[in-house]
Amino acid sequence: MRSLLSSRLLWGALVFVAVAAVLPLWLSAYVLGVLTAGYYFGVFAMAWDLLFGFAGEVNFGPTFLIGLGAYTAAMLNNRFGLAIPWCVMAGIVSALIGGLLLAMPALRLRGPYFGLVTLVAVLLLQNAIVIFAGVTGGEIGMTVPDVLSLSAATNYWYGLAFMVICAVILFGLSRSAMGLILQASGQDPIEARALGFNVTKHKLMAFSISAVFAGMTGALLVFYMGTASVGTLIDISIGVQIIIAAVLGGRRSILGGALGAVFLIGASEVLRPLGQLNTFVVSALALAVILFFPDGLLGHVLRRREAQ
Amino acid sequence: MLARQILIDGFAIRALYALGAVGFTLIFGVSGVLNLAHGGIMVIAALIGWFTAGEFGAGPYGGALVGILAGLASAYATYLLVVRPIQRSRAIPKEESEIFVLTGTLLWGIMIQTALAYKFTDNPVTMRPILPGVVTLGGVRTPRNEIMIAVVCWLVIGLVWLLVNRTRTGKTLLAASMNPRGLTLLGFELSRVHLVVWSIYGVLAGLAGVLLASFLGTGSGNAGQLTASAFSIVVVGGLGSVSGSLLAAYLVGYLETLTAYLIAPTLRPIPALILLVLVVYIRPQGLLGRR
Repeated sequence: MRSLLSSRLLWGALVFVAVAAVLPLWLSAYVLGVLTAGYYFGVFAMAWDLLFGFAGEVNFGPTFLIGLGAYTAAMLNNRFGLAIPWCVMAGIVSALIGGLLLAMPALRLRGPYFGLVTLVAVLLLQNAIVIFAGVTGGEIGMTVPDVLSLSAATNYWYGLAFMVICAVILFGLSRSAMGLILQASGQDPIEARALGFNVTKHKLMAFSISAVFAGMTGALLVFYMGTASVGTLIDISIGVQIIIAAVLGGRRSILGGALGAVFLIGASEVLRPLGQLNTFVVSALALAVILFFPDGLLGHVLRRREAQ
Repeated sequence: MLARQILIDGFAIRALYALGAVGFTLIFGVSGVLNLAHGGIMVIAALIGWFTAGEFGAGPYGGALVGILAGLASAYATYLLVVRPIQRSRAIPKEESEIFVLTGTLLWGIMIQTALAYKFTDNPVTMRPILPGVVTLGGVRTPRNEIMIAVVCWLVIGLVWLLVNRTRTGKTLLAASMNPRGLTLLGFELSRVHLVVWSIYGVLAGLAGVLLASFLGTGSGNAGQLTASAFSIVVVGGLGSVSGSLLAAYLVGYLETLTAYLIAPTLRPIPALILLVLVVYIRPQGLLGRR
């Protein structure tokens, strides 16, 4: 039964990737740009889902890690002119260090307090960047001299490939032994501890993985967009969108995050003519999904098949 | 002179924030809900109050009353349309209902904010002061309206404290926040308790919103910031504690004002954040909180 499930998932995913890969032949550069942003967003959502859906820790500030990775990479490229791969790696390291500094004391807290700490971290980072505007460009942001590519199609393929690779890695992790232990720790930590698993160590690992992916994607996003600013990378509203994308797509499914992100970005674009009401409609839609399909889009489809 | 000015100027606005925070903390303490639509409810009350007072012509008192009723109505809407369905939903496992309620109220808050921005635009509005005129208090010129606001806020907070700590209804609320199951064993209807709390919350948030509009002015763009302020005050003061919110509102407020005056205006939000971090690490239940 389970192999039937995963093979349906596999075929669905393969079809999705195949269709997505040939889209640049038909779509305009603008639409490709929107989709590329959606793919990077998808990695954010998937990394978040690993932490939430599995480890059961609600991270209200994924943008803290993203911002660390993005701004480190941007500043290194801007001030010292280091090549893109080095900047990205530095971004990853910085996000990892920041994530560990945040997680180690935070994991001692229970319930809503962990979420609160993550929220405060984002606020602190945002304020720090604005205050030290001389170095970071403040609210206006900074531009970076290097970009991944100037062609929309190439950027699109980079984004798609990146998302697919991350999806494979994250999905594999979720189905591995570690994923199972994380799920146990998230749903019933007392029992997991009783069975002898070091819950804290595993949650810390999950946090680190989430941090690595968030930082890496943040850094790459900076080089895709060519700029880094607080409003596009760190603002709480971005974090909210990531959470919505993951929940919409289906928590605990990892791949649902990618689906949710693409859907969210696509929906915002399609509804753009509505002007201000576009946010209203998207939020209302997300609320409806939470009320009536709490398993999310992908989760709902998977559960239905499981019931058959 | 400067010190007196800081003291007096900050007093009323801090009382206002405390009022909003008290409702927020009650909802969390009793219903277990971190209502992220809080700012939205305050702004609805403010904007509808302003609209009724000005465009509709009901005058400041009529507007204030309608505003408070609007706050009450929005609180009910939030509870009955968003929070209760999620809490009762069978499709969501118990451990996760908290995060879903949180996300739900967040989305609801965004919906309120964008709908208000659409109807009333982003521009902040001010209601005509309920008590016009200026008075000199200890050498500082203060609008009468500001004094009235401070008095009203302290009065209402005092009433709420009395309600929660001295009356039977209040004790039921406290009991519900400590042990809901035990309360049902004693024969109390939990759903009635929740309705009572949300009613109190609606009135408090509505009042805070209306007063804010008549004092500093507010608009749909402020909703997020109002929620964030209430949030920080409640965390520092203690989730579920009325006196804690009052204390924290003044502590955070004066810290911010002192920073702005003595160090630098740009560093204004920093001490509040640092205080928040310290409280969460050293004493996560807040200064006067229970759990």
